[in-house]
Amino acid sequence: MARQEQNSSFEAQIEANLKKVYEKTVQEPVPDRFAALLAQLKEQDAASSDPDAGDDGENSQ
Amino acid sequence: MKAPVGDDPASKSGDPRDEIIQHLGAMRAFAMSLTRDGSSADDLVQDTIVKAWSKIATFEPGTNMRAWLFTILRNTFYSGRRRAKREVEDVDGVMAGGLAEKPAHDGRLAMRDFEFAFAKLPDEQREALTLVGGSGFSYEEAAETCGVAVGTIKSRVNRGRKKLAELLHLSEDDSMDMTDKSTMAVIGSQSATGGFRA
Repeated sequence: MARQEQNSSFEAQIEANLKKVYEKTVQEPVPDRFAALLAQLKEQDAASSDPDAGDDGENSQ
Repeated sequence: MKAPVGDDPASKSGDPRDEIIQHLGAMRAFAMSLTRDGSSADDLVQDTIVKAWSKIATFEPGTNMRAWLFTILRNTFYSGRRRAKREVEDVDGVMAGGLAEKPAHDGRLAMRDFEFAFAKLPDEQREALTLVGGSGFSYEEAAETCGVAVGTIKSRVNRGRKKLAELLHLSEDDSMDMTDKSTMAVIGSQSATGGFRA
Protein backbone atom coordinates (compact mmCIF):
# COMPACT_ATOMS: atom_id res chain seq x y z
CA MET A 1 0.00 0.00 0.00
CA ALA A 2 1.13 3.54 -0.71
CA ARG A 3 0.44 4.62 2.85
CA GLN A 4 2.56 1.79 4.15
CA GLU A 5 5.41 2.62 1.82
CA GLN A 6 5.22 6.21 2.88
CA ASN A 7 5.32 5.27 6.52
CA SER A 8 8.25 2.95 6.10
CA SER A 9 10.09 5.58 4.08
CA PHE A 10 9.47 8.04 6.86
CA GLU A 11 10.58 5.54 9.47
CA ALA A 12 13.72 4.83 7.50
CA GLN A 13 14.51 8.53 7.45
CA ILE A 14 13.87 8.81 11.17
CA GLU A 15 16.22 5.91 11.81
CA ALA A 16 18.86 7.35 9.51
CA ASN A 17 18.64 10.73 11.20
CA LEU A 18 18.81 9.26 14.68
CA LYS A 19 21.99 7.44 13.69
CA LYS A 20 23.41 10.55 12.03
CA VAL A 21 22.76 12.83 14.99
CA TYR A 22 24.26 10.29 17.38
CA GLU A 23 27.25 9.46 15.22
CA LYS A 24 27.96 13.11 14.62
CA THR A 25 28.77 13.53 18.31
CA VAL A 26 30.48 10.15 18.64
CA GLN A 27 32.86 11.11 15.84
CA GLU A 28 33.76 14.47 17.34
CA PRO A 29 37.18 14.59 18.95
CA VAL A 30 36.79 13.96 22.66
CA PRO A 31 37.92 16.97 24.71
CA ASP A 32 41.34 16.45 26.30
CA ARG A 33 39.98 17.23 29.72
CA PHE A 34 38.39 13.78 29.95
CA ALA A 35 41.62 11.91 29.36
CA ALA A 36 43.28 14.26 31.83
CA LEU A 37 40.56 13.59 34.38
CA LEU A 38 40.92 9.83 33.99
CA ALA A 39 44.68 10.12 34.39
CA GLN A 40 44.20 12.24 37.48
CA LEU A 41 41.73 9.79 39.02
CA LYS A 42 44.14 6.95 38.36
CA GLU A 43 46.94 8.87 39.95
CA GLN A 44 44.89 9.68 43.06
CA ASP A 45 43.95 6.02 43.38
CA ALA A 46 47.53 4.89 43.08
CA ALA A 47 48.58 7.39 45.72
CA SER A 48 45.81 6.67 48.24
CA SER A 49 45.13 2.94 47.90
CA ASP A 50 48.76 1.79 47.94
CA PRO A 51 50.35 3.83 50.68
CA ASP A 52 53.03 1.20 51.24
CA ALA A 53 53.82 0.73 47.57
CA GLY A 54 56.16 3.65 47.52
CA ASP A 55 58.81 1.88 45.48
CA ASP A 56 56.31 1.17 42.69
CA GLY A 57 56.98 4.41 40.93
CA GLU A 58 55.43 3.75 37.52
CA ASN A 59 51.89 4.85 38.36
CA SER A 60 52.65 7.65 40.73
CA GLN A 61 54.12 10.05 38.25
CA MET B 1 23.86 -9.64 26.57
CA LYS B 2 24.93 -8.31 23.23
CA ALA B 3 27.79 -5.87 23.55
CA PRO B 4 27.78 -2.98 21.09
CA VAL B 5 31.52 -2.73 21.48
CA GLY B 6 33.19 -5.74 20.01
CA ASP B 7 36.64 -6.00 21.44
CA ASP B 8 37.54 -5.42 24.99
CA PRO B 9 41.30 -5.08 25.37
CA ALA B 10 41.13 -3.41 28.76
CA SER B 11 39.58 -6.39 30.51
CA LYS B 12 42.83 -8.26 30.08
CA SER B 13 44.82 -5.58 31.81
CA GLY B 14 42.84 -5.93 35.03
CA ASP B 15 41.24 -2.60 35.82
CA PRO B 16 37.96 -2.28 33.90
CA ARG B 17 38.19 1.46 34.38
CA ASP B 18 40.87 1.55 31.72
CA GLU B 19 38.06 0.79 29.32
CA ILE B 20 36.07 3.94 30.16
CA ILE B 21 38.09 6.00 27.73
CA GLN B 22 36.79 3.94 24.82
CA HIS B 23 33.23 4.96 25.61
CA LEU B 24 33.72 8.70 25.90
CA GLY B 25 32.46 9.44 22.39
CA ALA B 26 29.30 7.42 22.98
CA MET B 27 28.84 8.97 26.42
CA ARG B 28 29.03 12.43 24.89
CA ALA B 29 26.49 11.50 22.25
CA PHE B 30 24.07 10.11 24.82
CA ALA B 31 24.66 13.11 27.10
CA MET B 32 24.06 15.44 24.19
CA SER B 33 20.71 13.82 23.47
CA LEU B 34 19.68 14.27 27.10
CA THR B 35 20.95 17.79 27.72
CA ARG B 36 20.54 19.15 24.16
CA ASP B 37 23.47 21.40 24.86
CA GLY B 38 27.17 20.80 24.26
CA SER B 39 28.66 22.27 27.39
CA SER B 40 26.05 20.73 29.69
CA ALA B 41 26.68 17.42 27.94
CA ASP B 42 30.39 17.60 28.64
CA ASP B 43 29.76 18.54 32.27
CA LEU B 44 27.48 15.54 32.51
CA VAL B 45 30.13 13.27 31.01
CA GLN B 46 32.67 14.62 33.46
CA ASP B 47 30.40 13.93 36.46
CA THR B 48 29.69 10.48 35.06
CA ILE B 49 33.39 9.67 34.77
CA VAL B 50 34.00 10.63 38.39
CA LYS B 51 31.03 8.57 39.60
CA ALA B 52 31.90 5.58 37.45
CA TRP B 53 35.44 5.68 38.76
CA SER B 54 34.35 5.46 42.38
CA LYS B 55 31.52 2.99 41.73
CA ILE B 56 33.54 0.55 39.68
CA ALA B 57 32.86 -2.21 42.23
CA THR B 58 29.25 -2.23 40.99
CA PHE B 59 30.40 -3.06 37.47
CA GLU B 60 30.46 -6.74 36.67
CA PRO B 61 33.45 -7.44 34.46
CA GLY B 62 32.48 -9.09 31.22
CA THR B 63 29.12 -7.32 31.07
CA ASN B 64 28.26 -4.35 28.91
CA MET B 65 30.29 -1.44 30.18
CA ARG B 66 28.65 1.03 27.85
CA ALA B 67 25.21 0.22 29.24
CA TRP B 68 26.61 0.53 32.76
CA LEU B 69 28.13 3.92 32.01
CA PHE B 70 24.94 5.10 30.30
CA THR B 71 22.96 4.11 33.39
CA ILE B 72 25.18 6.23 35.61
CA LEU B 73 25.04 9.05 33.09
CA ARG B 74 21.27 9.15 32.91
CA ASN B 75 20.88 8.86 36.69
CA THR B 76 23.28 11.77 37.05
CA PHE B 77 21.32 13.71 34.47
CA TYR B 78 17.95 13.16 36.12
CA SER B 79 19.14 13.89 39.64
CA GLY B 80 20.96 17.00 38.46
CA ARG B 81 18.00 18.12 36.43
CA ARG B 82 15.77 18.18 39.46
CA ARG B 83 18.15 20.73 40.90
CA ALA B 84 18.32 22.82 37.74
CA LYS B 85 14.78 22.57 36.47
CA ARG B 86 14.56 26.16 35.40
CA GLU B 87 17.57 25.91 33.10
CA VAL B 88 16.02 22.98 31.30
CA GLU B 89 12.78 24.81 30.80
CA ASP B 90 14.74 27.60 29.18
CA VAL B 91 16.24 25.12 26.76
CA ASP B 92 12.76 23.86 25.96
CA GLY B 93 11.63 27.38 25.22
CA VAL B 94 14.48 27.97 22.81
CA MET B 95 13.78 24.70 21.04
CA ALA B 96 10.08 25.39 20.77
CA GLY B 97 10.81 28.73 19.15
CA GLY B 98 13.03 27.16 16.54
CA LEU B 99 10.45 24.72 15.35
CA ALA B 100 7.93 27.23 14.10
CA GLU B 101 8.89 27.05 10.45
CA LYS B 102 7.80 24.24 8.22
CA PRO B 103 10.66 21.83 7.56
CA ALA B 104 11.52 19.25 4.92
CA HIS B 105 11.84 21.69 2.06
CA ASP B 106 14.25 19.63 0.01
CA GLY B 107 12.36 16.38 0.17
CA ARG B 108 14.56 14.91 2.87
CA LEU B 109 14.34 15.58 6.54
CA ALA B 110 16.80 18.40 6.99
CA MET B 111 19.14 17.59 9.85
CA ARG B 112 18.54 20.86 11.62
CA ASP B 113 14.78 20.45 11.50
CA PHE B 114 15.12 16.93 12.70
CA GLU B 115 17.28 17.99 15.62
CA PHE B 116 14.81 20.68 16.62
CA ALA B 117 11.96 18.21 16.53
CA PHE B 118 13.98 15.60 18.36
CA ALA B 119 14.88 18.05 21.12
CA LYS B 120 11.15 18.67 21.64
CA LEU B 121 10.39 15.07 22.54
CA PRO B 122 9.73 14.14 26.15
CA ASP B 123 12.95 13.00 27.85
CA GLU B 124 11.90 9.39 28.10
CA GLN B 125 11.11 9.13 24.40
CA ARG B 126 14.27 10.95 23.42
CA GLU B 127 16.47 8.67 25.42
CA ALA B 128 14.71 5.52 24.22
CA LEU B 129 15.13 6.60 20.60
CA THR B 130 18.76 7.55 21.21
CA LEU B 131 19.62 4.26 22.84
CA VAL B 132 17.84 2.05 20.33
CA GLY B 133 17.98 4.13 17.15
CA GLY B 134 21.19 6.05 17.75
CA SER B 135 23.53 3.85 19.74
CA GLY B 136 22.17 0.56 18.45
CA PHE B 137 21.29 -0.89 21.85
CA SER B 138 18.89 -3.79 21.83
CA TYR B 139 15.51 -3.15 23.45
CA GLU B 140 16.77 -5.28 26.34
CA GLU B 141 19.91 -3.22 26.83
CA ALA B 142 17.95 0.02 26.62
CA ALA B 143 15.47 -1.30 29.18
CA GLU B 144 18.27 -2.25 31.53
CA THR B 145 19.93 1.13 31.09
CA CYS B 146 16.73 2.99 31.91
CA GLY B 147 15.63 0.57 34.63
CA VAL B 148 12.28 -0.19 32.98
CA ALA B 149 10.59 -3.12 31.28
CA VAL B 150 11.38 -4.00 27.67
CA GLY B 151 7.77 -3.30 26.70
CA THR B 152 8.08 0.18 28.15
CA ILE B 153 11.09 0.92 25.96
CA LYS B 154 9.27 -0.39 22.90
CA SER B 155 6.28 1.82 23.53
CA ARG B 156 8.50 4.86 24.20
CA VAL B 157 10.28 4.26 20.91
CA ASN B 158 6.97 3.98 19.09
CA ARG B 159 5.49 7.04 20.72
CA GLY B 160 8.71 8.94 20.05
CA ARG B 161 8.56 8.11 16.35
CA LYS B 162 4.93 9.19 16.17
CA LYS B 163 5.66 12.41 17.98
CA LEU B 164 8.54 13.13 15.60
CA ALA B 165 6.18 12.62 12.68
CA GLU B 166 3.76 15.10 14.18
CA LEU B 167 6.43 17.66 14.94
CA LEU B 168 7.81 17.38 11.44
CA HIS B 169 4.33 17.77 9.99
CA LEU B 170 4.53 14.30 8.59
CA SER B 171 1.69 12.68 10.45
CA GLU B 172 -0.80 10.40 8.77
CA ASP B 173 -2.88 13.37 7.60
CA ASP B 174 0.02 14.25 5.39
CA SER B 175 -0.82 12.28 2.29
CA MET B 176 2.21 13.38 0.33
CA ASP B 177 4.93 10.97 -0.49
CA MET B 178 8.22 12.05 1.01
CA THR B 179 9.74 12.39 -2.44
CA ASP B 180 7.10 14.95 -3.42
CA LYS B 181 8.23 17.25 -0.70
CA SER B 182 10.43 19.38 -2.92
CA THR B 183 7.51 20.00 -5.25
CA MET B 184 5.32 20.93 -2.34
CA ALA B 185 8.00 23.19 -0.96
CA VAL B 186 7.96 25.13 -4.22
CA ILE B 187 4.17 25.37 -4.15
CA GLY B 188 4.38 26.30 -0.48
CA SER B 189 6.84 29.10 -1.06
CA GLN B 190 4.76 30.42 -3.96
CA SER B 191 1.67 30.65 -1.86
CA ALA B 192 3.69 32.16 0.93
CA THR B 193 4.89 34.98 -1.29
CA GLY B 194 1.88 35.22 -3.60
CA GLY B 195 -1.14 34.30 -1.51
CA PHE B 196 -2.76 35.91 1.49
CA ARG B 197 -1.26 39.25 0.63
CA ALA B 198 -4.40 41.37 0.93
